[in-house]
Amino acid sequence: MNSAAFFFYLFSAVLIGAAVLVISSRNPVHSVLFLILAFFNAAGLFILLGAEFLAMILVVVYVGAVAVLFLFVVMMLDVDFAELEKGFWQYLPVGGTLVLVVLIEVALSVGAWSVGPVSIANVATPLAPGMTNTMALGRVLYTQYLYFFQAAGLILLTAMIGAIVLTLRHKVGVKRQNVAVQNARTPAEAVHLRKVASRQGI
Amino acid sequence: MLTISLSQFLIVAAILFTLGVAGIVMNHKNIIIVLMSVELILLSVNINLVAFSAFLGDLTGQVFALFILTVAAAEAAIGLAILVCYYRNRGSIAIDDINMMKG
Repeated sequence: MNSAAFFFYLFSAVLIGAAVLVISSRNPVHSVLFLILAFFNAAGLFILLGAEFLAMILVVVYVGAVAVLFLFVVMMLDVDFAELEKGFWQYLPVGGTLVLVVLIEVALSVGAWSVGPVSIANVATPLAPGMTNTMALGRVLYTQYLYFFQAAGLILLTAMIGAIVLTLRHKVGVKRQNVAVQNARTPAEAVHLRKVASRQGI
Repeated sequence: MLTISLSQFLIVAAILFTLGVAGIVMNHKNIIIVLMSVELILLSVNINLVAFSAFLGDLTGQVFALFILTVAAAEAAIGLAILVCYYRNRGSIAIDDINMMKG
């Protein structure tokens, strides 16, 4: 067994074990931490496949942003998690059978997959030799898939605005800055000139 | 190229996918676990795309994996925002409690 095969089995085993613990862990904080472990191992699989850029993006985006977001929400919500766990074993027989059937179906259909010469001959964007993965990906992404790239940016913008709109709450009774009112102020209403008599004050 | 065949990667992705489905089916009490299961499913799809991309010598799969990553990040952000809203309204995150619309 060479080192690539060894690392493939290592990463796959840890990935699947971490995924099992994600869905069966009693504490959601532990679930998020196992999700992070799963992402790291998936990044290892990507590196084995030669997709270094996606592996790094997976670590940066998922571990750095999404998992931290999950952790933040888990810790922010004050939920009795011990009470939430009760339904798991109750649904295990039905869910387990269902999932086993799906797994057998998918594994049977996909297990004997081999790449034929026709699909090799018809690739849309062949890998250029002597080019790093990031460079090759950039060359395709910014030319052939430019509109898709812009649409992905729009999706992220929509998600950001949507998340802010959904969760932003204004408390009543708090003084807030109103820029329109500030800009509408004129010297006539902001400054009052008074005639002050000598040695008397207002 | 690798000594690992394409079907081995596909089977790992299939196992991951079914684990994600199992997480959705079996958790009736916790939406956060369901959202994490959706992330696992999207991760398995990404593994499929990257494996095909590597074994076919075609970069398109990696480009689309990048787009799936983007959509997954947006989905997680929106999903968690909805979850926070839901928790504020109902004081719970159990899936069985989502019945306000009586649908």
